[in-house]
Amino acid sequence: MSIDLSQFHQVFFEESYEGLDAMEQGLLDMDMVSPDAEVINTIFRAAHSMKGGAGTFGFTQVAEFTHVLETLLDQIRSGQRAMSQDIQNLLLKSVDCIRQLLQDLQAGNDPDLTESTTLKGQFEEILSGQSPVPATADKSDAPVDDKKEEGGGGWLVRFIPEVTLLQTGNEPARMFRQLADLCDNEMQVSLDTSRLPVFTSLNPEECYLIWEIRIEKTINKEDIEEVFEWVTDDAEIIITPLDAGSAQAPVAETKVTAEQPKIEDVQAKPAGAANPVSTEKAAVKQPAKQQESSSIRVSIDKVDSLINMVGELVITQSMLGQLGQNFDITRVQRLQEGLAQLEHNTRELQESVMKIRMMPISFVFSRFPRLVRDVSISLDKKIDLIMSGENTELDKTVMEKIGDPMVHLIRNSIDHGIEKPADRVAAGKPETGTVHLNAYHQSGNIVIEIKDDGAGLNTDRILQKATEKGLVAEGANLTQEQIFDLIFQPGFSTADVVSDLSGRGVGMDVVRRNIASLNGSIEVSSERGRGSRFVIRLPLTLAILDGQLVKVGEEIYIFPLVSIVESIQLDDRAINNVGGHSDVLQLRDEYVPIVQLDDVFNIEKEKRSIAESIIVVVETDGEKIGVVVDELMGQQQVVIKSLEENYKRVDGISGATILGDGTVALIVDISGLSKMSGTSAKILDGSHKAA
Amino acid sequence: MAKILAVDDSASMRQMVSFTLKGAGHDVVEASDGTEALKYAQGQSVDLVLSDVNMPNMNGIELCRNLRQLPGYKFTPILMLTTESAGDKKMEGKSAGATGWIVKPFNPDQLLTTIKKVLG
Amino acid sequence: MSAVSEINEHSNMEDDVLTEQYLTFIMADEEYGVDILAVQEIRGWESATPVPNSPRYIKGVINLRGTIVPIMDLRQRFGLEIKEYGEETVVVVLKIFTSTGARTMGIIVDAISDVYDVPIGDAKNRGLGDNQNSNFIKGLVTVKKHMVILLELENLLTIDD
Repeated sequence: MSIDLSQFHQVFFEESYEGLDAMEQGLLDMDMVSPDAEVINTIFRAAHSMKGGAGTFGFTQVAEFTHVLETLLDQIRSGQRAMSQDIQNLLLKSVDCIRQLLQDLQAGNDPDLTESTTLKGQFEEILSGQSPVPATADKSDAPVDDKKEEGGGGWLVRFIPEVTLLQTGNEPARMFRQLADLCDNEMQVSLDTSRLPVFTSLNPEECYLIWEIRIEKTINKEDIEEVFEWVTDDAEIIITPLDAGSAQAPVAETKVTAEQPKIEDVQAKPAGAANPVSTEKAAVKQPAKQQESSSIRVSIDKVDSLINMVGELVITQSMLGQLGQNFDITRVQRLQEGLAQLEHNTRELQESVMKIRMMPISFVFSRFPRLVRDVSISLDKKIDLIMSGENTELDKTVMEKIGDPMVHLIRNSIDHGIEKPADRVAAGKPETGTVHLNAYHQSGNIVIEIKDDGAGLNTDRILQKATEKGLVAEGANLTQEQIFDLIFQPGFSTADVVSDLSGRGVGMDVVRRNIASLNGSIEVSSERGRGSRFVIRLPLTLAILDGQLVKVGEEIYIFPLVSIVESIQLDDRAINNVGGHSDVLQLRDEYVPIVQLDDVFNIEKEKRSIAESIIVVVETDGEKIGVVVDELMGQQQVVIKSLEENYKRVDGISGATILGDGTVALIVDISGLSKMSGTSAKILDGSHKAA
Repeated sequence: MAKILAVDDSASMRQMVSFTLKGAGHDVVEASDGTEALKYAQGQSVDLVLSDVNMPNMNGIELCRNLRQLPGYKFTPILMLTTESAGDKKMEGKSAGATGWIVKPFNPDQLLTTIKKVLG
Repeated sequence: MSAVSEINEHSNMEDDVLTEQYLTFIMADEEYGVDILAVQEIRGWESATPVPNSPRYIKGVINLRGTIVPIMDLRQRFGLEIKEYGEETVVVVLKIFTSTGARTMGIIVDAISDVYDVPIGDAKNRGLGDNQNSNFIKGLVTVKKHMVILLELENLLTIDD
């Protein structure tokens, strides 16, 4: 039977990545002095499974590398070797290395073995160096009977089982059948019943018989030994060549090789083979390209709830079907009820389908312990990472995109936020700093907080830097929030020394932009000497949006409901003209810049006066703008469609949707709109707070 | 054909074993660790158990020992899937009542040849 | 272009010549051809939702079975005289595969003409010079004694500001 093993590769890769994550997690959590046995076991098992799988599926490089890992871990597990910082580092490096090997293999590339060879050398050094016990206590290495015995004229096998033989599930009859196959039935079996007890003391579960098998064909002794491979400890097996005469005292210890059973078909002897089967590699090549995010793991609960809902939908549908068959006007109410039910079912189904894409944020959080450890070691800082809310769920796509901005923020907290131990002690703080990651749901959003107890943002320095860079006018009077907000401006960087970690050309402006592209926002609050807190708010899903439909001329646009503060109708007197061209609206104690949507979007329409228009006050990145539209229409949930896919990115537009009548309406990107209208520059002149 | 209980915490190995055995016409029940396997075995008998050694919750050795306590599994062949470096595990497995072992890595053909030794 | 490509006045194909099929349409009395494999469907003109700050030749986007598809006025793209849309006006929906993925777009043309087989390599890019539209043209072929302009879709459907 020929089975294409490549069909299992994807599962193997996925579980191996999970295994690596578990190893990494375990290693990071490990208490060096008295490691938890279960943690070590988990790490060992992960390495062990990977080795087994890699060998089976022909990834020799991975199998060989994980082998040394496993050997070392086994020694630690059995208490033969103590865990140490060095070993921990080496193991962590190996995790990265294996991950890389797997990614290469998955992409169908030949893996680069430089790193794994180096690491393997280090493992072997440890293993060979002061190994307390010979590295692999492997019975299979024990020399097998050296004397090549030729069973020229056949063999005589005397098989004396222990009485308990049957209790291991071994069955002499099956072994004899195998022998018979080996020698084409040219054998005779004779029975020695001398061990049989008297009938009354006979235990039917025990084996009292002794067999003598005379094989009258030239076959290899090893083949005979292999038949009895599993029972060498449960039986005395004496194999003597026939021509030597059965009288000769046989060699008692018939060691059996424990190498893998020899099988005629050597087509895919996996681990030892010099080259992995090349056709398999070719086969994985194609699907590997897009594997990163092409599949999703869904819990059975979610699937079951979907099935239930589809069941309900089917019931509603058949009810409506029946109603339609003999419908008359008296049944209108039933029809309306049915349609309401249908709507209810559809909405539930939609919600459940969306939930399938939801995954716990722990998938992102799990990479941070390692990050914090590595970064803090390289900076000589002591840091505890606390994580909470790891089970908070969010859309898979959002999750994939939020990882990098978070890495940046956490690096930042460690690099600029947390002080060196000595400085902390001098400031009367504990030597070890804390970075706290938290996630929770809040009114349709997921909120992620990154909090540190470091030095906090230095407003003087920020302001000074921003002035130097011309981001803010000399002597401008900014509120604290406005100053904090400056760090998100393009071209802003406070670090005096460009450290290895920050200053990679990725600034906080990129972080903010990435978050904004997910329809999210980021805010910072900080207290000098006490620490900083970054709060990221993201929609739970990118696929659906609660929208406010507005009309401008003949066109309908959609505003995300979350960004709308209020909608007002005003007379002209509420509008002040600033500097001759830009209008601002006095809204209680604030001045809000006014944007004419038809101007910004070049919509052709008859001009209306402000008094005839509606002003939708929206908020983005902490600033408000008033958008002038003609009419407010309904609010509805809309499915977001990409405009970029077939067209291109359009400033001020985040996407499109299809309305109930089949026409397309565009979704307004509030922060983009604010930039286009040139209002963002205004907040820096310090004059937009009403006196 | 035979009813086989396949126990492995690695999904890819489980799938491979299961696919191979089903392809050969066997009826396969999968379990991802010893606990799950034992739970199944308490209600059902099978013709053969194939079990990995290193698994969370209950490892293969413990599973084997526990299975042998069940009346229906006294003589049932139990094969351990072990690695070549685990020589003493084989002995441990034997003393726990395992029938034999299959050395990892193995390919589908090797698997089928080996289980023939204990089936039928 | 290959040496075989002496312009054929008789493009009725011998069987052993590899050919490509082109769908042709009329615009301002000229006949244009697009690779028929790129043609997704042909539909009548319906109003599109305008997209802010787009080039004039982009009339907007429509809903094509759930995907958002932009519609381009080919006359305006080529800088030809604008023509009112009428009952004959058709939209040819094209799907092309570029380095950045598949891209679907509709082009508004005056009327559909015919489908021709053109031998591969037969198109001649001659006398087009540095005309601003030469980018959009793959070449010219002569079919049944009149000229057909074959369009280079990837350039044509790439919108630059």
